[in-house]
Amino acid sequence: MVRLKVNGKEYSFDGDPDTRLLWYIRDIVGLTGTKFGCGMALCGACTVHRNGVAIRSCVTPVKAVEGAEITTIEGLSTNGLHPVQQAWIEHRVPQCGYCQSGQIMQVASLLKTKPHPTDDDIDEGMSGNICRCGTYKRIREAIKDAARRSA
Amino acid sequence: MSTIQNMSRRGFLKGTFAAGAFVLCSGYLPKNLVAAGTDPSAADPLSDAAFHPGIWMGIEPDGTVVIVAARSEMGTGCRTALPRILADELNADWNKVRIIQAIGDAKYGDQDTDGSHSVRSFFDDMREAGATARTMLVQAAAAKWGVPAGECEATLHKVVHKASKRSLGYGELAADAAKLPVPAKDTLKLKPSSEWLYIGKDYDAYDLQDLCTGKGEFGMDAHLPGMVYASIEHPPVLGGKVKSFDDKDALTVPGVHQTATIDPFKPPHLFQPLGGVAVIADNTWAAFQGRKKLKVEWDNGPNASFSSDSYRKELQATARKTGHVARSVGDVDAEFAKGGKTIEADYYVPLLAHASMEPPVAVADYRDGKVITYAPTQSPQAVQDTVARAVGIKKEDVTCYVTLLGGGFGRKSKPDYIAEAAVLSKKIGKPVKVVWSREDDIKFDYYHTVAAMYMKATVGSDGLPTAWLQRSVFPPITSTFVAGAEYASDGEMEMGWSDTPFNIPNLKAENGPAPAHVRIGWLRSVANIYHAFAVQSFASELATLAGRDQLDYLLKLIGPDRVIDKKLLPEKFENYGGDYKDYPIDTARMRRVTELAAERAGWGKRKLGKGEGMGVAVHRSFLTYVATVVRVNVDNNGKMRIQQVDTAVDGGLLVNPDNVRQQFEGAAVFGTSIALHGEITATNGVIDQSNFFDYKMCRMNEAPREINVHLIESKAPPAGVGEPGVPPFAPALCNAIFAATGKRVRELPLSRTALA
Repeated sequence: MVRLKVNGKEYSFDGDPDTRLLWYIRDIVGLTGTKFGCGMALCGACTVHRNGVAIRSCVTPVKAVEGAEITTIEGLSTNGLHPVQQAWIEHRVPQCGYCQSGQIMQVASLLKTKPHPTDDDIDEGMSGNICRCGTYKRIREAIKDAARRSA
Repeated sequence: MSTIQNMSRRGFLKGTFAAGAFVLCSGYLPKNLVAAGTDPSAADPLSDAAFHPGIWMGIEPDGTVVIVAARSEMGTGCRTALPRILADELNADWNKVRIIQAIGDAKYGDQDTDGSHSVRSFFDDMREAGATARTMLVQAAAAKWGVPAGECEATLHKVVHKASKRSLGYGELAADAAKLPVPAKDTLKLKPSSEWLYIGKDYDAYDLQDLCTGKGEFGMDAHLPGMVYASIEHPPVLGGKVKSFDDKDALTVPGVHQTATIDPFKPPHLFQPLGGVAVIADNTWAAFQGRKKLKVEWDNGPNASFSSDSYRKELQATARKTGHVARSVGDVDAEFAKGGKTIEADYYVPLLAHASMEPPVAVADYRDGKVITYAPTQSPQAVQDTVARAVGIKKEDVTCYVTLLGGGFGRKSKPDYIAEAAVLSKKIGKPVKVVWSREDDIKFDYYHTVAAMYMKATVGSDGLPTAWLQRSVFPPITSTFVAGAEYASDGEMEMGWSDTPFNIPNLKAENGPAPAHVRIGWLRSVANIYHAFAVQSFASELATLAGRDQLDYLLKLIGPDRVIDKKLLPEKFENYGGDYKDYPIDTARMRRVTELAAERAGWGKRKLGKGEGMGVAVHRSFLTYVATVVRVNVDNNGKMRIQQVDTAVDGGLLVNPDNVRQQFEGAAVFGTSIALHGEITATNGVIDQSNFFDYKMCRMNEAPREINVHLIESKAPPAGVGEPGVPPFAPALCNAIFAATGKRVRELPLSRTALA
């Protein structure tokens, strides 16, 4: 039995404890905002927070987050929009939008350790998140804006 | 711009209505509206013609304007753009508009969202639909007030009678408007562009907030009660079949219920399932794990001898032999026979995979001889057709709901993955979600084809070409539809090869044959990718040979401002389906975007340091003119950084300029992936690559730091926006690399060329 919190709610799971957190969240808990892109932590679409820090849920077995607080995109902001989400909307970042939950979760975590990220910080912090629509320019601008807002 | 079919407009108003709702027919079941029945005389399956409005919108009693989006949304913005056009003509308050995605239904006309023509093809229909409703609302108000309609005016979401200062909202008028005869098309008055509310203005995508909060519903997110999950082990080589399989171990995996086979296709493969063995489970993870334990023996078939290295040699040898002539101007052979300064070059672009962030996935429920499917598809009518064939039912008995797409790029117009879900659902008797892994996506794509190109030119004393031959050899898209097809279709030839607008007296475009050993499909901008790479790189080579500035030389090649005479083009010139009168090849527009991009990039003015270089390329595709200037920096170790990209676009009238900017910003990144990394290869018929570690993508740290999109404001008819940004990118980049390093790149990806 694995016990964990997802977006503040308690869950217990008695299925296969090796089930990757991504699929537990999507198929069993039923929160589909977190996406599948590669299954090998190469693309970042599956990014969620474990105790506030970004992890790739597609390679994380549920048993590895026993007792942890998981935050998904749905739980990023319970009251209105997170500054990152606000910046995302203002800059019209998404095109297809599929990678954007992962991008936003990654940024939200990045800004905690790098509240005023430089271009190099952004390169380093965001290169794990692929966007096939190519929204990187706007992601970069929105990150800088979100950083300003949060200052 | 689009062909309108004649049909009974009255017929659209048949059926039941929610009390007071004014519905101009919809085949989709909206939550608050009762669907009107479809008029049988309106049904024309597989029609390519756009349909007359009457099916595009409804107005609810509370004033909500419901607009049907019938083209798929994969990030290009047409789900928002087309309704915006309608809402503009209707004078609807955008805040009171709700968009509904249509199911696949022939009455919507062409729903195959490929080819960058959604706006171009439906611009008029959207305006007519809006104008029709607006006209009827004004008539309804006038009748209610007992005044002439000419004294009434539709302002924003209401009709006013200025003289008596009376007004009624659209919601209040809906019931009365529904009783009126639908005005004839030729009586409609369209708004002058000076009165446009929405067209031409930057606006948010309809789903923007949802996409930023995890609420967007993609195919991957579809769910039906009682649904099971399937992961399919496909034949590793195209045309392979299951010889035998052992699922004993697979069945022991927790959550796995059973396995099921899918029959292999009968050539030509079209959109048929590949075949294989499916593992069915409680959830995606269990299905994936079960599949790992599956043991399958394959009969690989004839394509098992296909290997990319030897195939490349075949292609390049064919490219050196005379081929079919796609276009001939003057007499290239006679000019070559004169001798003179000659330059030849071989170019090569490998197979590419689409790799949209959402891999292929679909939910299907086969029940009582009918199928309902939820899928991220670019082509819901093709889904109906393909699924119907796959499970042996009528097309009309397939209902295809279209979700948002997590990228498409052309992969998702091929419904093989949806047919798989339907076949399995029929076998198992439950709704099935087929989930492709990333490995499946990379290994079982309909690849952008591999092309070898041969270029030859003779130049005069001024360094300009007197004769120019270009010959491309590639397994054609036709091979997906016709078994054994080896020559390109006219359409593929017209994509950057038989439409080259250069001012050269002797010009020939040829095509040589190549057999296909993998599934070939279309990928964002299609044959323009390799054709523009060769043409624009070769132009730069000639400039260097002539000792001239690349930009000046390119402008000279384009020549004086003129519309290319149709007589100089192939006889059956399809022009991307656009009427040549409306969309001629206009070299002035080509010149202007080239000059604009160069100017904004600081061509000739910017001081370039050591290892820095700029390159330019221009290309017309999908009726839009795009010029790209790239500035790179290559250090002593050969490490390259793309510093700046300037793209100038003339796409005619643009509905949502910021959306267009997004497309061209994205195309620069898409082009970067192609140029830097894009390469799919095969060994013994099996694709070598599998995930993002060996099929690499451009990431934040490789993307151009600065991408500037310069849009030309134009009143010309709307042209394509989703694809045209891709073709000029790779040649502009490689031309820049040449300028920076003196190294000429004739093959992609760049990872094959050491730049130090």
